[in-house]
Parts: sequence; structure tokens; C-alpha cells
Amino acid sequence: MSTAVDVVDAIDTGLPVPEVDGVSRPFFAALDRGEFVLQRFPDGTWQHYPRPPEMYPPDNRPDFAPASGRGTVHTFTVIRQMGVPYFKERLPYVVAIVETEEGVRLMGSITDVPVDEVHIGLEVEVYGVRVAEGLSVPFWRPS
Amino acid sequence: MPEHDREPVIVGIGESELGKAPHLSQRQHHALAAGRALEDAGLTMADVDGYFCANERLPDMAEFLGLNYRYLSGAWTGGSSFEYHVQHAAAAIRAGYTDTVLITYGSDLLSRAGRSLGTGPATAGEPATWGQYEAPYGNTTVGSYALIAQRHQHVYGTTPEAMAQVAVDMRHHAASNPEAMYRDPITVDDVLGSRMIADPLHKLDCCVISDGGGAVVMTTRERAKDLPSQPVHILGTGTAQTHWNPVQMPDFTSSGAVQAGRDAFREAGLTPADVDMAMIYDSFTITVLMLLEGLGFCKPGESGGFVQDGNIRYGGSLPVNTDGGGLSSCHPGLRGIFLLTESVRQLRGKARLQVPDCSVAIAAGSGGWLSCIGVTLLGKEPVR
Repeated sequence: MSTAVDVVDAIDTGLPVPEVDGVSRPFFAALDRGEFVLQRFPDGTWQHYPRPPEMYPPDNRPDFAPASGRGTVHTFTVIRQMGVPYFKERLPYVVAIVETEEGVRLMGSITDVPVDEVHIGLEVEVYGVRVAEGLSVPFWRPS
Repeated sequence: MPEHDREPVIVGIGESELGKAPHLSQRQHHALAAGRALEDAGLTMADVDGYFCANERLPDMAEFLGLNYRYLSGAWTGGSSFEYHVQHAAAAIRAGYTDTVLITYGSDLLSRAGRSLGTGPATAGEPATWGQYEAPYGNTTVGSYALIAQRHQHVYGTTPEAMAQVAVDMRHHAASNPEAMYRDPITVDDVLGSRMIADPLHKLDCCVISDGGGAVVMTTRERAKDLPSQPVHILGTGTAQTHWNPVQMPDFTSSGAVQAGRDAFREAGLTPADVDMAMIYDSFTITVLMLLEGLGFCKPGESGGFVQDGNIRYGGSLPVNTDGGGLSSCHPGLRGIFLLTESVRQLRGKARLQVPDCSVAIAAGSGGWLSCIGVTLLGKEPVR
């Protein structure tokens, strides 16, 4: 079982709010409850981002399942120029591709570490950032 | 009576005004390039019965140009759209759905939006699709390529100096192109000393933003016999997509150029060693390295040394982007059309920086974030 994930509040801070849909809502809603879930197929493979189960054969449809919330930095960049005011005020910051223990990759921010100390292979864990009532997005910090 | 030779050839190319052209709208860029390409081909708009352009402008542009077509297509894959178009047009011409195809592109990006594309939000226009999973993190277009460059450096030890050499060589070529946006020579130190936009990409690792338009006219080899220009032959084509949004890239050190290049070379019956010059999409310095490896001009991980050995510079074994490329000459958003126009100039022997005895050229377009790769092999002679 995965342990409960921290969720920090960022409602009305200007952080972009994802326009979720019926397929993606469970991913963001679960994180808002402190659960990091990903889609898992009956054969044990995982995927991200979520797709409608109906696009797969009836005997191989994914469902959301608890994931570890741990991963490593697969690659990253330090953004030093960005036009959107919310992000411009926060330069420089890290955008990373995190590979989870389950083998899926997500884009995310790496926080709680100086940007110059982020490196490929850095071990990170997920936390939630609440951007709207009932919706949190995954962020990552060193584990 | 011999069977009509329906093998596809390029008989006309045209460009609008490149660089900064605030007096031209997007549609004017399309139309000006189209008119020049048709004049080059010795044809008029009335001869065109197949029309291609990228994206939602398709029916609007068909009306604006006054076309009466039998075949219409508008694949949009970002910068590589026009290499996809050549593949589709070649198939349609061979199948007899159309005899004479016009492909056009036009953009007023610089005059309309300034230089905001690279460092604006990478998820612009995608809030409800894949942007859901990326918008909260503030990635940029430059950032997406930086993710690829960082991984390439990590896996292969590719150096910032090797990447910078690509920009230096493109600037060297741009010096011969009066239409290029930037023509003053630069050094590796200049690139490494320019400000960091998204590690490890410096300002001079990134392409220019410009206005510009281009057009290509294709027809059958049979029809080309009656036309004034020297036809350029479509020897092989290939397309491939490995992902669209950046996080879905299955391997950050490889691209669809592997499959697209293999298909194009197989169709042509050629190998990379047969290519005399290459037009390689250079949205960023890393784009060139990734495509050179994927197409087989060097092994995976060896593109840095390949570039530092002088191979892609004019006079080297594989001159790349003799017009100065997107890095120094012209990049109005989608550069793929200019890969074709400069390739044709080279094969006609009419380029400003002419590669001697140029008989085979390759145009390799990249769309998205090394997502959609389109490859066109062009020949002075019909190898097929």
C-alpha cells in the first residue's frame, strides 16, 4: 500500500489549473485525497497519462491503482526564461521528467532543492499541490 | 503508345520574403511564394489540380489562391508537415488523383507575435488535452528540447561545445545568404557565453524567429518534359511519429528519424553515404545531432564528434543547411518547406553556397518536440 501523500494548498495563487475531464479527473482527485494513483493494466503494466478503458479490449482494460509515489529524475532542465508572469516571478525553476518505480514517466517540478543540485538519477517522491477544490497536481521533492 | 510516366518530380520552387516582412500577411506569404513557384515551373494557378498546405488554413488558402482542385490534403505535424506533404503528393500523383500539386506555406510570426514562441508556455492551446499534465510546471518550447539535450549529454557525454559547433557552422553558411537574419560569424565561445535559456540550451543554441513563406510545385515526370525547369526527382520518402507531447517520448536519445530515414533510403535504394548534402531541421542545435544519428549519418552518440570533425560545414563530407538554417537564416514557425526549396536549388546547381556535383540531397523535417519526422530524398537524376 502506498502511504498518504502530503497535499499543500495553492488555490488562487495563479498556478495554472488543469482542465480535467472524465478520464483524468480520478488522477487529480485521488492525489487531492492524498493518494497517488496511476492506470494499471490487468497484466501489471502501468501507463500515464490516463486513457479511456473502453479503447482497449474487454479483457485488458486499465483501472486506477495506488502507485508508490517514488521515482527518479530521468531528465530535467532549469528554466531561466519564461514569459508567463506566474512562472517569470519564480525563475529559475526545474522542469523534470520523473520515472516512477512503476516505470511510467510524468512531467513535474522538483522543489525543496537548489536548482543546481538537481541531477539525472536524483531520487524523488511525490506530493500534491491543490490548485482547485478537489484537484491536486503532482510535484516532486528529494526523498 | 508508352504508358504515361507518373513518377513524381519537383518542377517549381518559390519563397516569399524571408526574415522580417511586416508588410506581408500570412496569406500574402502563401500567395507570393505560390506565384513564384508556379512562375519557376512555367505553370499558372489554372494548371494546379492538387493543393496542400498545413493546418486549418487549407480551405481558406484554396479559395484565396483561386484553386479548382481534384485533390486536397493538409497534414499538420508541425515543422515537418511539408515532408509529409511530399510523401502524400507523390502517392496521389502516382495513383492518378492529381497531375500537378502546389504545396504552400506562409507565416508572419515575427511581425505578429515577436520572439515569444520559444519561451512562452509549451502547453499553449492545449489546456484540456495533454496540457493537463504539463501546464502546472511552466515548461517552454526551449525547455522541451533542453530535456532531450540534457539526456543526450548524460547518456553519451555529448558536450556543450559540440552542440555549439552546430550553431557556428550554420552561421558560417548564413554569411553567404543575403536573406539570412544573422550573418556575422560566431564562435563556440560566443554560443557558450550567450545567456542560458533552459539548461543546457543557450540563446544561440536556439533558432531565430522570422517571417516567411515557401512553395513547391510537383507534377509527373511526363508532364515535366514540356516544362522549362530542370526537374528534381523524388527518390524516397519516410515519415514516423514516436510521441507528440514531450513527456511521452519513449527514448530521449532517439527519434522517428530512425524509421523515417530507413523507409526513405530503402525506397530510394540508397544509403546515407550516397547523400551529397543535407537539409536537417535545426530548431535547436540538439535537433541536428538527434537527426544526424537517427538518419544514420553517424552512430548513436557520435554526432558530437561528427560535427566537431567538420563534416556538416561547407566543404565537409555532408554540408548541412547551406542557407544558414533555422539557427541563423529563417524559421517562421514551420521550417520544413525551406528544407525542400534549398535542396532543389542545390540539385539544380543554383544554390548560393553550391555543393559541387550535388546529385542526392535529403530533407529531414522535425515537428513538435522531435515528435513527427518526415524525410524526403531528392535526386538530380531518377535513380528509381
